[in-house]
Amino acid sequence: MSGTMNITLKVWRQAGPTAPGGFEEYKAPGISPDMSFLEMLDVVNERLIEGGKDPIAFDHDCREGICGMCGLMINGSAHGPSKLTTTCQLHMRSFKDGDYITIEPWRAKAFPVLRDLVVDRGPLDRIIQAGGFVSVATGSPQDANALPIGKLEADEAMDAAACIGCGACVAACPNASVSLFTAAKISHLGLLPQGQPERYRRALHMVAQMDLEGFGGCTLFGECMEACPKGISIDFIKRMHGDYIWGAVTEKPEKVALGSG
Amino acid sequence: MKLDSKVPSGPVKDMWDKHRFEMKLVNPANKRKYHVIVVGSGLAGASAAASMSELGYNVSCFAYQDSPRRAHSIAAQGGINAAKNYRNDGDSIHRLFYDTVKGGDFRAREANVYRLAQVSVNIIDQCVAQGVPFAREYGGLLANRSFGGAQVSRTFYARGQTGQQLLLGAYQALEKEIARGGVKMYNRHEMLELVLVDGVARGIITRDMVTGAVEAHVADAVVLGTGGYGNVFYLSTNAKGCNVTATYRAYKKGAAFGNPCFTQIHPTCIPVAGDHQSKLTLMSESLRNDGRVWVPKRKEDCGKKPSEIAEEDRDYYLERKYPSFGNLSPRDISSRAAKEACDDGRGVGPGGRGVYLDFADAIKRLGAKEISERYGNLFEMYQRITDEDPYQVPMRIYPAVHYTMGGLWVDYNLMSTIPGLHVIGEANFSDHGANRLGASALMQGLADGYFVLPYTIGHYLASNKFEKVTADHPEFQAALEAVKTRTTRLLGVKGKRTVDSFHRELGKIMWEKCGMARNAAGLKQAIQEIPSLREEFWKNVNVPGSGGELNQSLEKAGRVADFMEFAELMCIDALHREESCGGHFREEYQEEGEAKRNDDQFCYVAAWEYAGDGQAPVLHKEPLEFENVHLATRSYK
Ligand SMILES: Cc1cc2nc3c(=O)[nH]c(=O)nc-3n(C[C@H](O)[C@H](O)[C@H](O)COP(=O)(O)OP(=O)(O)OC[C@H]3O[C@@H](n4cnc5c(N)ncnc54)[C@H](O)[C@@H]3O)c2cc1C
Ligand code: SF4
Ligand code: FES
Repeated sequence: MSGTMNITLKVWRQAGPTAPGGFEEYKAPGISPDMSFLEMLDVVNERLIEGGKDPIAFDHDCREGICGMCGLMINGSAHGPSKLTTTCQLHMRSFKDGDYITIEPWRAKAFPVLRDLVVDRGPLDRIIQAGGFVSVATGSPQDANALPIGKLEADEAMDAAACIGCGACVAACPNASVSLFTAAKISHLGLLPQGQPERYRRALHMVAQMDLEGFGGCTLFGECMEACPKGISIDFIKRMHGDYIWGAVTEKPEKVALGSG
Repeated sequence: MKLDSKVPSGPVKDMWDKHRFEMKLVNPANKRKYHVIVVGSGLAGASAAASMSELGYNVSCFAYQDSPRRAHSIAAQGGINAAKNYRNDGDSIHRLFYDTVKGGDFRAREANVYRLAQVSVNIIDQCVAQGVPFAREYGGLLANRSFGGAQVSRTFYARGQTGQQLLLGAYQALEKEIARGGVKMYNRHEMLELVLVDGVARGIITRDMVTGAVEAHVADAVVLGTGGYGNVFYLSTNAKGCNVTATYRAYKKGAAFGNPCFTQIHPTCIPVAGDHQSKLTLMSESLRNDGRVWVPKRKEDCGKKPSEIAEEDRDYYLERKYPSFGNLSPRDISSRAAKEACDDGRGVGPGGRGVYLDFADAIKRLGAKEISERYGNLFEMYQRITDEDPYQVPMRIYPAVHYTMGGLWVDYNLMSTIPGLHVIGEANFSDHGANRLGASALMQGLADGYFVLPYTIGHYLASNKFEKVTADHPEFQAALEAVKTRTTRLLGVKGKRTVDSFHRELGKIMWEKCGMARNAAGLKQAIQEIPSLREEFWKNVNVPGSGGELNQSLEKAGRVADFMEFAELMCIDALHREESCGGHFREEYQEEGEAKRNDDQFCYVAAWEYAGDGQAPVLHKEPLEFENVHLATRSYK
């Protein structure tokens, strides 16, 4: 690939959870279009360190779109302009010479900023703790093939299970709702026979936990699905609502109030 | 130091049953009185922590990511092996055992491998019960695919995301136990030191990566499931945070390191695009089912477009050299062949470090639609990274560091040479000998965590008395101090070079001299170069910020400092092993271009003992005996 680009970044800097934050501007000359977005930030950071400044903190690990650790608001879009692409898989060829790029952390009350672009996504784990599992202990379950599961159900469960827990759906949602993430887990397990015994209880508890964590309500805007790097369908949210309502009718109410503790 | 493998007596197929019966048990009411630390939440760590908590132990689990679900096991694509014989194609526990021992080029312990094959079948049952959405056939039963090094179809998979789905299964079990109060999870905590009291592992020192607090954690036993050290090469298919710190710190406290030079280089990765490259991406081995690997016959043609190079001017070197396995030759062999072609000046793409993986014939034969059904997601990923369309032009691939067979030495009970310190998953030297077969690492991680460690740790706890120890104990205080001093030192250098620039330079030395092909002269040179680079690091590294805050440069600096020492150990091991076996190819030991093993002199595990800074490590040998699979030369011609 020929030629490099000169770009300008406007980046959210915040020294710590309680420190005031603000934008700072950085020139990033000589950027190769073959770099990934995070490699571009690596280069900017190397230069900052060499210039005696603090590098920009951002979360990342696998850099291949599967661990869900990375996630930036790039020019106002969660994970940037390319569809079905995590921040780490976004490449600089999606931008052009002279571009001005604004980079912010996920913005949501439930995801407080820890530093610069790093946020605390702990609530996502706590939603799973509230019921995002099948209660089966390690032991000797029956032979795997004793439980046939139709290919189509298995495929649909897999579609839901593909969620990487990045939180982009929350960041993209005008209400900062975590419904797509929660619905993906409820649907993954609820579509499979193994998940049936706890299906409605799971939905009740996980939905209760989302509310406890301070996420907003879902009004089916669909921004979450647009931003989701794994193409998780908003139909799963409808499914979650169905399971929740059925659970509210059939499960004992005091269990709902328990949350996950 | 004495290496006692504690392999039970009797026929290999009865050992595990016999051992399980002979091991001591902890009374159910007493289990909660024991505190076990598990470092790592990958397949190995998460499965172990969840299973021990279910048994009633009091568990603390640590990970450096912000959630246990992000451990690098998440990135495994291809699948997991199990000797289910659902295909009725002749698979059995014995065959999986045989394939693994042979695939490992006879450098693994038979008893452990046999047990691995035995419990493999339970893993699939367990995962299905948890709701892991494995691929299925229309009849509703589980689907299988084939992988390298096996003639049966025994690999279970979940699209191209098998590791993700298995890890989510273990993660959900872990979260269930966290909610119940059996496990306390410490995310964004990095283990920086192991603590021994009276020679026994009793805890760890961690740094809270958000606040910078350095803390002591006391326990009755410590388990490391901290993954592999491929990042010693800087560029690898590992996640950016993967490190050797936990295992290397344990090594410095007396745990023997087994076969550190055994690393796996995967033949099909996307080549390096430029100096900015921060990591490498794997392209699944399955592509070699339909892609043909070639380079131009003549150097002059390397700059041409592939379409301008006539059929007769192409060298399909794998098909030429290994006619019976062709493009599906095993990983170590295919990787070396690619290197040879590029060393010969016939590599393609930037820097001449690439070979073509060409789908033109397959597309002609099967149609683009069929190819897209088989590999669509991989083609998209390739295009996203390289901006080239593999339906139109051949892919460019090159080998990359992928997995480390070496790790802390463990006995049959998965305990290291330090009493109480257990090591599971990729972190131990384990079951793969000198070369791991595809789809066997996921199997091993889950075998260790779900089905082996929960038994053996009970035996350890029941067999020993534990004095009450608190964080005030002088050993804990000394370890805390050591970590703080080290942090201060790293921050205090205030030199001119960034941590990454040192890491890159170290990686380059390792890749060139301790990579795909090694020789005595190069290794000796590396053993000279590494200490001087290390010296420069401690004089000239620039780590900005302070210790009392979220400081990613400091995190990296600590890891790179350990890689700088560990790299030397790898080279020493590689130099001492004067034979070629599996992933360890010594140029001096070959026969007509093929690896030449030396069973007379090197049929052992090399377990290295730390002897002090600046001192040569001490070699201990665990002889390997093959009573069930007979020593034979691997041939793929
Ligand atoms: C791209 C890729 C594809 C692969 N595909 C396959 C495949 O198809 N089939 C197969 O069988 N194998 C595959 N492998 C290999 C396999 O995925 C790994 O060997 C295996 O998942 C390792 O699991 P683990 O639990 O040992 O370690 P990991 O999953 O790496 O987990 C390590 C854990 O330790 C923690 N940790 C590490 N250091 C510290 C520290 N100092 N302090 C605190 N915590 C720490 C981390 O936070 C993490 O939780 C693949 C590997 C890669 C890289
Ligand atoms: S639903 Fe999509 S956007 Fe939301 S956490 Fe999962 S993968 Fe990320
Ligand atoms: S870094 Fe893992 S998904 Fe982006």
